[in-house]
Amino acid sequence: MPATVTLTGLGKNFGTMAALSGVTATLAAGQITGLVGPDGAGKTTLLRLIAGLLTPDSGTLEVLGHAAENRDAVRGEIGYMPQRFGLYEDLTVQENLDLQADLHDLDRATRRERFETLLQFTGLAPFTGRLAGQLSGGMKQKLGLACALLPRPKLMLLDEPSAGVDPASRRELWRIVRTMAGTGVAIVWSTAYLDEAERCDSFLLLDRGRLLASGSPSDFTRQLEGRTFLAELPEGQRHRIQRGVAALPPIADATIQGRSLRLVLKAQSALPDLTDVMGNSATTRPTRPRFEDAFVSLLQADRPPIAAPPVQEALTRSADGIAIEARDLTRDFGRFRAVDKVSFSVKPGEIFGLLGPNGAGKSTTFRMLCGLLAPSAGSAHVAGVDLGRARATARERIGYMSQKFSLYGNLSVRDNLDFFSGVYGLAGRRRSSRIAWTIESFDLESVVNLEAGSLPLGFKQRLALGCALLHEPQVLFLDEPTSGVDPLMRREFWSRIGGLAEGGVTVLVTSHFMEEAEYCDRLGIVYAGRMIASGSPDAMKQRFVTAELPEPTLEDAFVGLIREHDAGGQDAAAA
Amino acid sequence: MWGRIAALILKEFKMLWKDSKSRMVLVVPPLVQLVLFASAATFEVTDAALGLWIEDRANPAQELVSRFEASPAFHVVARFDNPQAVQDALDSQKVKAVLHVGQTFSADAAAGRPARVQLLLDGRKSNAALILQSYALGIVESYNLARAGQAIAELNIQSRAWFNPNFDSRWFILPGLTVLLTIVAILLITALSVARERELGTFEQLLVTPLRPMEILVGKTVPALCIGFVEANVIAALACFAYGVPFVGSAVLFNVAIAVFVLSAVGIGLVISSIAKTQQQAILGVFLFLSPAAVLSGFTTPIANMPDWAQALTHLNPIRYMVTLSRGIFLQDLPWALAWPQLWPMALIGCVTLGFATWLFSRRLE
Amino acid sequence: MTSARTFFRRFGGLLHKEFVQIVRDPSSIAIALVMPVVLLLLIGFGISLDARNVRFGIVDENRSVETAGLFQAFANTPYFRPFSFLTSKAAEAALMRGDIEGFVVLRSDFSRRVADPIRAADIAIVVNGVDANNARIVTGYAQGVVATWLLGHRRDRAQPAVSPVTVENRYWFNPEIRSTNFIVPGLIAMVMTMIGALLTALVVAREWERGTMEAMLASPASMTEILLGKLVAYFVLGLGGLAVSVFIGLVVFEVPFRGSAEVLIAISSVFLIVSLAMGLLISTVARSQFVAAQLAFLVTFMPALILSGLMFDIESMPRWVQAVTTVFPARYFVSSLQTLFLAGTVWPVLLPNLAMLMGFAVLFLALAIARTHRSLE
Repeated sequence: MPATVTLTGLGKNFGTMAALSGVTATLAAGQITGLVGPDGAGKTTLLRLIAGLLTPDSGTLEVLGHAAENRDAVRGEIGYMPQRFGLYEDLTVQENLDLQADLHDLDRATRRERFETLLQFTGLAPFTGRLAGQLSGGMKQKLGLACALLPRPKLMLLDEPSAGVDPASRRELWRIVRTMAGTGVAIVWSTAYLDEAERCDSFLLLDRGRLLASGSPSDFTRQLEGRTFLAELPEGQRHRIQRGVAALPPIADATIQGRSLRLVLKAQSALPDLTDVMGNSATTRPTRPRFEDAFVSLLQADRPPIAAPPVQEALTRSADGIAIEARDLTRDFGRFRAVDKVSFSVKPGEIFGLLGPNGAGKSTTFRMLCGLLAPSAGSAHVAGVDLGRARATARERIGYMSQKFSLYGNLSVRDNLDFFSGVYGLAGRRRSSRIAWTIESFDLESVVNLEAGSLPLGFKQRLALGCALLHEPQVLFLDEPTSGVDPLMRREFWSRIGGLAEGGVTVLVTSHFMEEAEYCDRLGIVYAGRMIASGSPDAMKQRFVTAELPEPTLEDAFVGLIREHDAGGQDAAAA
Repeated sequence: MWGRIAALILKEFKMLWKDSKSRMVLVVPPLVQLVLFASAATFEVTDAALGLWIEDRANPAQELVSRFEASPAFHVVARFDNPQAVQDALDSQKVKAVLHVGQTFSADAAAGRPARVQLLLDGRKSNAALILQSYALGIVESYNLARAGQAIAELNIQSRAWFNPNFDSRWFILPGLTVLLTIVAILLITALSVARERELGTFEQLLVTPLRPMEILVGKTVPALCIGFVEANVIAALACFAYGVPFVGSAVLFNVAIAVFVLSAVGIGLVISSIAKTQQQAILGVFLFLSPAAVLSGFTTPIANMPDWAQALTHLNPIRYMVTLSRGIFLQDLPWALAWPQLWPMALIGCVTLGFATWLFSRRLE
Repeated sequence: MTSARTFFRRFGGLLHKEFVQIVRDPSSIAIALVMPVVLLLLIGFGISLDARNVRFGIVDENRSVETAGLFQAFANTPYFRPFSFLTSKAAEAALMRGDIEGFVVLRSDFSRRVADPIRAADIAIVVNGVDANNARIVTGYAQGVVATWLLGHRRDRAQPAVSPVTVENRYWFNPEIRSTNFIVPGLIAMVMTMIGALLTALVVAREWERGTMEAMLASPASMTEILLGKLVAYFVLGLGGLAVSVFIGLVVFEVPFRGSAEVLIAISSVFLIVSLAMGLLISTVARSQFVAAQLAFLVTFMPALILSGLMFDIESMPRWVQAVTTVFPARYFVSSLQTLFLAGTVWPVLLPNLAMLMGFAVLFLALAIARTHRSLE
């Protein structure tokens, strides 16, 4: 296959920071190449370079036979879909398509024919008159794709097209893209979801601007054959055990997967004896390696091991049996019912995960529980306080970490700590000791006087978590805390959270990453404003075991649940 | 509660100080505007380009003309001998005014008949025209006096302008400019502060803390108050020392008035901030408020000259009161008793706007 | 390389998109059409540089037929609203309180002095000098009233008099010397400045924020085409705003219009382009919105008010300030409008202004395009 895109030693700097350096790769037609890596790895920069929006600082770049300088010749043959889909929200579906058609100089006949195909393909035909801003996340995505596909490009660049979208829509997107690849289009699909990487024909793994690995995903994963195992965890103390096992020398990685502990051995190591850590009933069985396992072992070779965080001392607990309770929680925005009678409860020391696609009502529910939004109906109790009545008191017992970095970027780390401790009413000896504890526990000594906004992502995350814990809250709310973070940082983060939970802190977390959901004790799946299922991760997976699928993943469970829900709805409507 | 507010106030100060851009923006534009506008804003007309159309050669005419030539207000740039040339010159703004002395002038004057000269003025700049007219009148009056001798002078008019004997327009403008520059800075700071926090996401983090809406407002108001004090006093000091504007009133009264004024300005800024969802909208809001408010405040044109409905509207404008107070304190040594009728409406506006902002804030939290 | 048809289709598509967005976004329409109306009405009616109904005190220590006659003379003019005082002290107190803006003192020997052909009558006029401009005007008016009265008085008494020379003032282009005639054209200029800058600054920033600019740049459309598309669309909107403003000036404020409509449209169009381009430039230069706000203010509103010739006469400013005003496009537009409305199509004034404005337009456009190219980096 002739190469569609050739990169040699490609580099790009922004100021003094090297966003990309020394990237060499070839992308072929008819293949889906996955561009994988955490935030800040350089994925978007690479896509922009290929699309011609940026010029390289070093190396060469050849796209469809043309060098970087000669980009205008091929603009019509490249389809580019940026991170927020690049749609005009106040134009209708049809108008967005028309605009693209105009930009690419398609005449009337061609236009009509292609519109028809694309609208059919994406299922958007009945919605041509709707404003793009009013489409659901999945539909916006499909429209973005349709617009990018309109000129029948030879090269398609998709920047995180599946971010935040429900798994069902994600699968549909894959189907569409797979079909396109079948017609000879070269596709680059950038993602932070490592399981998507496994489905690509080839991949490029970026970390901090450098190319760590590339090639075929199966080859990459095969390296770890024979080194991955699942061990059953005894009841209780999952996190402590995980920490203990992870510290053993032959173990490269140990992560919680529901009731089991997933182990990855270092190269040329043998499975160690786990009875010390796990007790006599430890049983292990081998399991198929995943892309993420290979990624993690690669990263670990690169970086120094992260010191295990100090174990949390037990914090003061409330006497109640229930830490968080939502009863028939409802929220309307005008005539739109975003959350419809959601009920669930969380025990102290539990980690509860709220999952669901964007726009399903998960964030609204979350915000109602941390006191940011008032419910239209129903009640919410947190840390023994009724949110409807005494929200300010409740807030004293709640810690909150938002998805985007929401601390004061142009103030120093210490200034931020001072501020939040003051605002939570800490004074005198208690304040100085808590601040000292935070700095020590979260490894912030080296950056204490630097501007918070200038810190690398990992530090920012630790600072945000630290500020949320200054006042020793009983309940911790985490909104997508690890989005965009690389797997190692994610593990470190969860190991801390695990320690906190063991100390008795209740944690409510939202996420898109199904693997992250595995760390939770229990999950609640929110879809179309309702909680359609709740229970432990294993219980959910168990429901969907079939002959063809003996080991369903959480994503399979998710898709299955949604399908059931939609089918149930149709039956109800038909009845 | 005080601990929380103190932490918030400290944070606001740090934010303003550490952001080098906002630090610069608080200092440079007011200074630049002060210097520029103090120099530009002058109601005096000097060296006005004058054209002469003199049809009379006799002495009385020449003497009158020479007085015009000697006056600092005028600067003779052309002489015409026909109406068309005069028209062209006025049209193309080569001259601001033309003095026309007719053929019969000297003869009339000698014979004791009413003698008249014409002053043709470019009405496109009517303000300048009015001023030139009064200068010309002055020149003619002194000509009359000299010509007729003291005995026949019928009128001895002495004019005095209180508080500003030299009619120095800078004395009029700078106290008002102090007020205007202060409110521009305050509005931009407060209106943008909440909008910026909302855009950055830090506002949400604030809402999750135990801070009550009222505390947030106080936390935003106090730093703005301090900055308002500093700006107003610095600009006032500059006006006095660099531009020689006298300050005969009470500094205490001045600062009390500034305090009330800044509070009302902060209230307005916070209301704009609560309504605006983005910084862009906040900027727009400030613009839309300031454009009419600055012009209809008595800053450049007297309120008394406005139609009644406009005068009624100015009662809602805190700038109006502060400008009056400022001028009064700088130039007139305004006593407290006379200051009071200006102070209480501002205080009222402040209370209303701050209360409204608090209410909006709490509602926004829903 | 690209054929004309391709270009037009692309550009047409962009234009169409801009117009649809304008129609569906109320804030643009509010800025371009509603704001000028509100500002013009508010400020146009609010400001007046003409002294009218000035509250003026007459201190009458003489209480004679003559002083009554003088009082009447003041009352008969539209400029004054006289109030009678018995003592100077009372009048001074009133002046301090702000009840009156000035007063004239007629001493106890006023009637005797007026009748006496040898001794002059002493009259003191006191005005509040805080507002220097107004003070000078009021003093002038008061002097005029007194002088006129005296002349009439003498004539009635058939006394011989050496007629003093009087000045007849004729105001070209603005015979009734209505300050509105002079202010409204300047206001229109100020409003146009603000419209231009606000519209584009807001609109471009929004595209960046929403990520649509990025998608646009990856398409065959070039940066120039994208910016031009916005410029044209908002230009049309701005012209609408101009039409509304001129309409209000002509119909509501009854400002005469003596120039040619084509020239008005031509010059206004150029100025609109200048202020739109300035808005574009501001939005590319100022990453932080805080700075953008101050910039926009510094560069559009304050200069339009103070340095454009709207309020204060430019030729009377110190030389260095005059030099500074040449940098602000509003100045040229104000001058053109004043001439077009009140004088007519006077080319010696209009041509240089037009040339300067065109120069600005080219400069700002080029800068805006150059800077937006680099924004992605």
